[in-house]
Formats: sequence, structure tokens, C-alpha cells
Amino acid sequence: MDNQTENDVPSDAPHACPGTSSADAGQVSACAGCPNQAICSSGETRRVDPAIVEIGQRLSSVKHIILVLSGKGGVGKTTVAVMLARALARNPQLRIALLDIDICGPSIPRALGVENEQVHSSGSGWSPVYITENLSAMSVGFLLTSLEQAVIWKGPRKDHMIKQFLLDVDWGEGELDYLIVDTPPGTSDEHLSVVNYLKHVSSLSGCILVTTPQEISLQDVRKEISFVKQTNLNVLGIVENMSIFKCGKCHKESQIFPKNNGIQLLCETNHYDLLSSIPIDPFIAKCCDDGEDLFEIYPDSSTAKVYLDLAEKIQAKCQSK
Amino acid sequence: MTGLDNIKRIIVVLSGKGGVGKSTVATELALSLYTNGNNVGLLDVDLCGPSIPRMFGVDKNSKSSTVYETPEGMTPIEIFSSANEKSKFKLMSMALLLDDINDAIIWRGPRKMAMIQRLLTGVKWGELDYLIIDTPPGTSDEHITVMNVLKQHEHAKDFLRTILVTTPQMLSINDVRREITFCQKTSFHIIGLIENMSGYVCPHCSECTNIFAQGGGHLLAEQYSIPFLGQLPIDHELNKILDQGIQQVENGLQKINETEAMKLFKNILNEILDHWQ
Repeated sequence: MDNQTENDVPSDAPHACPGTSSADAGQVSACAGCPNQAICSSGETRRVDPAIVEIGQRLSSVKHIILVLSGKGGVGKTTVAVMLARALARNPQLRIALLDIDICGPSIPRALGVENEQVHSSGSGWSPVYITENLSAMSVGFLLTSLEQAVIWKGPRKDHMIKQFLLDVDWGEGELDYLIVDTPPGTSDEHLSVVNYLKHVSSLSGCILVTTPQEISLQDVRKEISFVKQTNLNVLGIVENMSIFKCGKCHKESQIFPKNNGIQLLCETNHYDLLSSIPIDPFIAKCCDDGEDLFEIYPDSSTAKVYLDLAEKIQAKCQSK
Repeated sequence: MTGLDNIKRIIVVLSGKGGVGKSTVATELALSLYTNGNNVGLLDVDLCGPSIPRMFGVDKNSKSSTVYETPEGMTPIEIFSSANEKSKFKLMSMALLLDDINDAIIWRGPRKMAMIQRLLTGVKWGELDYLIIDTPPGTSDEHITVMNVLKQHEHAKDFLRTILVTTPQMLSINDVRREITFCQKTSFHIIGLIENMSGYVCPHCSECTNIFAQGGGHLLAEQYSIPFLGQLPIDHELNKILDQGIQQVENGLQKINETEAMKLFKNILNEILDHWQ
């Protein structure tokens, strides 16, 4: 099972296929007899999808785009994305937006407390939902008519939806400082689509990898790293979520999820920064469930500080890039 | 349809959300059935993030964990078998087909569909009392394919069931709502709902904290008139064994059966078995 990736060499291509988008496509000896030869040699396969160019124009007013990725589900991508956006939005000078490309399980609306909002479309595109003056969000959840409505879509339709999100959302007047993109778990259609559409957007700062301390989760992060490397995506750093739990009664710390030095090793071997270790805090789960702002309700909690610190690090990273 | 012909019952473990413990519940379910003396197969159709082999501590380099291609299909690997060889525990996963465990499967839908079709119909399970299928999060290609393939089977109505897993959080519950709609749309029969990660018991003072809120599962089950099968707490001991891999732990099977979660699972299993009676 070699050729795991879906690069431009089709899985059923003849041996020594130069790849459909290479300059030699359709020209080398291996192409003789390949049913795809005519298309390859016509140059059609080397053309850039016009949508990619348009997306580049649409997002040219965004300063920094950050993807939040993780191989595994339920490690807190959405929580980290939402908390990071909220932390950044504490600075009234900055304009922040959140884009949820988890098509089948959109949780951003709930976590922001705007579950029943609808998206309006105008001549300039879809207008996102505003949570505060400088924080807006877009999600497939806003397009569904009821909470139980399931989006049972296969790959191509999801791809189209993501393209539309990148292309048709009108993020408002002026510049957007940070666009944070929350992704579904895994390394599949959604991820390939978003990376593909954003590859020519210069403001793509990179991605944050979220993991929990267990080996099971790290195993999936390693897969995500191999995805990131294959797609040449910059890694801003790793966030360890749910790292420890502090009992509310006896105030002693314990590790809910077994922990070893896996994350440190991962960071060392790949030269990634461990941006933050976020403890398990029942308040975060509650705030996300109720759509409330942790920074408003518990501004002095240690968790709020951890997130503000993370936001600062991210800002520094993005600016130095 | 080959491969599935000698299987008496299939249970698909679903959940809209990731990280709620589908794989853990699938493992608990499969192990409980095996401990009850059944022939059990566990199939992991999560292509992008297969965790089942890791939980069982399958050593990729050992001979016993090699998957062979035979004319009748791929051979699953055998994890446990009872002393009299009567009941066996078999396992199949995408991870077993990869050369390197860290390889990422970066595939789009159509390719995943072909692979899942192969995992569903191309495995030589032999006689099985139960086949447990662990799925990735969501309601997309993998799930549609599993449904489509299994529904072709003439007795699908009698032997095909699903179990839904959620955590008590509203975030997770919302995703499970969508999964219920998926089951209804695909006329998938639901046995019931399991609420996982209901609280964590502090190892120092035994205070139980509801890390992920509480009570959501019950509410959801009531709302949709789905049987509520039970709650499972976060079990530190179980997590530790699964993180190391059952086979890598001395007397792993016995130790895991002694954990609190597995004991609680016995009640859930009874509910599940009652369903068929």
C-alpha cells in the first residue's frame, strides 16, 4: 500500500506516472497507452482552479489565517478555537472571525451561544453571525433549519461547501486580523479542501495542533503531522489540552488521561513548540455548553490566564512570520 | 455477500462527535461479549484515525498480527481464544494494512468508500456470534458506505443494530441528535444510547466531578424515545490499560475485566442482549 497520499499521481496510474500536474504530464513514455494521456498532454490538468485565485482575492484583507487541527476527535479543537478567538477579541483593536468547516458536526454555534442564529445573504455574500462587535463566526450550523438536521454528505458536496465558505462569506468592512478555522477530526476531504484552497493565500500563518496527553491521541497527531508535512503547512505549535485535573474538593492534581513524555518527544523530534498545556476545567465545558464567555464570568481563573497567554504567543508567532 | 454470511449479529457503534469514547465502548462491548463465551469480531472502519489496534496493543511486527490475503478474503488477526478454542476474539483494522503506524491516510471520499467496502465484505471472519463495528465521527462517506453495504444483506433487518455513544455535554448531544437523524433516514435500528465520561472520581479524595456537565444523555434518550442503556464514568484504570494496549499489559484481559467500567458495562450488556429477546 504505497502511495497513501492523494497527490497528483492517480492511484491507478501506470508505473512511473509523472503526475497529472507536472510539466511532463502526457509526454513521457510511461504515458503511452494511459487512458488519461490526451487530457494530461492538453495541459488541462495543470490549470489552477479559478476558485483558488478568487479565494486569494477574497481573503486578501485577512492578515492571519490559523487552522486548528487534530487527528483525533473530542480533544478540544472547537474549545481551543473558540477560547483563542475570544481571548484575541479581548483586544478591541483586533477584528476576529471564526470559520467552522466541520460540516457534519458543527459545534461552533453552540459554543458561542448563537445556536439559533441564521445567516443572511446579501449582494456581497453571506454575512457571518456577530457575537460581539469584533468577533464574528460562520458555520454550517447556521444554515440548518433545526438542531437535529443531519448533514449526510459525501466528500464532493463538503468540498463545495467549504469552497463557498471561503469564497462567499463577507467578513465585513476593513481588515480582519485573525481568521481562525476550526476543522473536523481526521485527515480527509475537509482538510484537503481547505489546505488546497488556501495554499496560495499568503496570509495563511499555519496551524495549531491540538492533542490530549494519551498515547491514543498522540498516535493520531502523528498522522496529522505527516499530513501537515505532505501539504507543506506551517505549524505554529502544539497545544496540549486536558492535561491535568485539579479536584475542586481536595485541590490535588491528577491525570485523567494517562500521560507520559510523548508530547515532549513529539515536539523535540519535529522542532515544534509546545504552546500551552491547558488543564481540564469543568467551567470551560460549562461555558462552551452554555455559550458563555469564560473571560467575562471567570476573568481571574487560572484557565482564563492560560488562554490569554496562548493568545499572546500566537500573536507573537503570527507577527514574526 | 461474502465475509458476512456466517455472522449472526452486527452492532455498529456510532456517535456524531469525536472523542466521546466510541472505540472504548466498542472495545468494552466486544470484550464483554467475548467474556460471555461468544465468538466476537471487532472491525475498525475509522480509516483516518484507527485506534482499536493500539488499544489492544497489537504489535505490528509480530507474526500473529499479519493480515494475509486468501482467496476467501483477508484474514483478521486473532487476539484471544478460550482454552477450549470454542470462542475467539478477532480484530480487523485499517491500521493493520499500513506499513508504518504513523502513516496518514489522506484520502477523499470515493477512495475511503472502496476501502470500507473491502473491510466489510472482504474479511474472512468465519463463524461469528457478534461483529462489532467501530466508526469514525460524523455522518459522512464512511457511515453512508457502511449502511449501504450492510443493507444489501437479505437479513439486515434482523441482525443489524446500532448503539449511540455520547458524553453528557450539550455539544456532544447536539452531534448525537444529528446521528439519530442519520439512523432514521437510513432506517438503521437503534438499540439505545450510552452516556460515556459521566464524571471523574478523584483518586485522592474520591470526590466525583462532572467534568463534562451531566444528565444530557438521559434527556436526549427521553426526547427521542430511545432506550437509555446506562452511564459509564471516566475510568482511570481502564484508560491506562487501553493506552498501553491490552496485550502489552500482563494479564491484560483479566485486569481490564476487573475495572469499574467493565463491571458497570455488564448491566449495559444485559440491556443490549434483552433487546434481542
